[in-house]
Amino acid sequence: MIGLETIYVLAGGMFAAFAFSHAVDRANPARWRSTLFWGVFATLLILGSYLPHFVSGVMVLVLVGLAWIGLKPGPDATTDEQTRKKSAARLGNALFIAALAIPVVTLAGTLAFPHFKSLVDAKHVTLIALALGATVGLLLAMSLTRAPLSAAAAEGRRLVDSIGWATVLPQMLAALGGMFAAAGVGAIIAKLTSAAIPMSDAHVAQTITVVVYTCGMALFTMIMGNAFAAFPVMTAGIGLPLIVGKFGGDPVVMSALGMLSGFCGTLMTPMAANFNIVPAAVLELKDRNAVIKVQIPTALLLLFANTVLMSIFVYR
Amino acid sequence: MIVLSGIGVVILGFALRLNPLVVVAAAAIVTGLCAGMDPVVVISALGKAFVDNRFMAVAWLVLPVIGLLERAGLRERAKTLISRMKGATAGRVLMGYFVIRQFTATLGLTALGGHVPMVRPLIAPMAEAAAERQTTLTPEKREMVRANAAAADNIALFFGEDVFIAIGSILLICGFLAQNGVNAAPLDIALWAIPTALLALVIHLARLWRFDRRLGAKK
Repeated sequence: MIGLETIYVLAGGMFAAFAFSHAVDRANPARWRSTLFWGVFATLLILGSYLPHFVSGVMVLVLVGLAWIGLKPGPDATTDEQTRKKSAARLGNALFIAALAIPVVTLAGTLAFPHFKSLVDAKHVTLIALALGATVGLLLAMSLTRAPLSAAAAEGRRLVDSIGWATVLPQMLAALGGMFAAAGVGAIIAKLTSAAIPMSDAHVAQTITVVVYTCGMALFTMIMGNAFAAFPVMTAGIGLPLIVGKFGGDPVVMSALGMLSGFCGTLMTPMAANFNIVPAAVLELKDRNAVIKVQIPTALLLLFANTVLMSIFVYR
Repeated sequence: MIVLSGIGVVILGFALRLNPLVVVAAAAIVTGLCAGMDPVVVISALGKAFVDNRFMAVAWLVLPVIGLLERAGLRERAKTLISRMKGATAGRVLMGYFVIRQFTATLGLTALGGHVPMVRPLIAPMAEAAAERQTTLTPEKREMVRANAAAADNIALFFGEDVFIAIGSILLICGFLAQNGVNAAPLDIALWAIPTALLALVIHLARLWRFDRRLGAKK
């Protein structure tokens, strides 16, 4: 049966190929640093389930150390612009077919796999479908461009070099989230914020509680980088006891708009690496906060809108 | 209170513009130690959490495909396509992508997009090609166009997907409310996501429209 472990071996194999491609690249003076970085990451992907957690932890620290020293991308061995233009004119829109095959196959797989429970692990259909989409896309691209597998590895390495340490940042942030949860950071934040609400006038207190809840969702999401982590904390700490319990608000309106307020926070924080820092690296932006800066006005306007909507409809 | 020092490490680290990977790892270790964990336990917890979240690495499997297609001229082809379209501007390209991305996300088709498979190889080059006809594209303006392309993908996805009832956040809300003795139907929660989705559409399209006008004005 195809499950997560199979996919991890596939992804790990790809990163091992990137490491190998660095190892044989004599032109890059810092090649061993990159070889070690991608090699350690590949090992964690492939053997993660079998290594003792302490060993994995030490390997994670090795990744951090290497990133701190600084990864240097190898020299680009890709085609020049003239060649690319000629190739684009020759292949035309067929190039799009290979690119769009990835989302189309991922979607088809997500819909179809649940009917093949003996073949595919039903709990992880989307990830497995994504891996299949990438494989189909790769086969199409290789047959279209008549490029060998080594070219695919070299070009993939070129991209991963341009993204660099940001590749592993989302996983590191998830690890921090786990540590926050274990240390009880959320409960303390909920206690501090609910203590800050004045309770003298009922109507004023109702409105202030909504403001504290929506803005608290946004702020705590900015700290955690993830609205899913902030939601249970803020809702158990403020939403349910005060908005619903004390003032009789509607829990459905509260939670729907509360989660969306959290999403506004996601748009404004480097801690949401997947959405804000990684794309800055993917698009090779000099300012790694450029995406956040563009998003802040929309995020603040929507946070304001969510707060107004909630204060109108939650106590109705 | 002392366990909050991890948050302090994060804020200080980002303010000093240290490598984020280092900042986050340091914050995790500080939080663990302040919570009274043994150093070996802290490092083990870090390793376990990192390994538990390996699924995040699966998305990188698209890199070789995108790399190969870029080598074969995918970005150049995307640019050619746009430069042949009359009336295409950077803002309109991004507005078009925003509408499609948000609409497909409300149907639960969140896989149709993303920064590596869509924005870098297709949407950003298209927007840049259109911008090149509006103005001379300085490095700063090019950076702005690209950042806007990434932002359009994020905002359209976030405020689109919550209208779809089978998405993770809705299921999380229902599960959490059920644990606390409140029965809520996913459909009701999704319904309350519609006003914000519409506002996100209006607000962000208006901002893209303004971005477009500013881009074209400084000719």
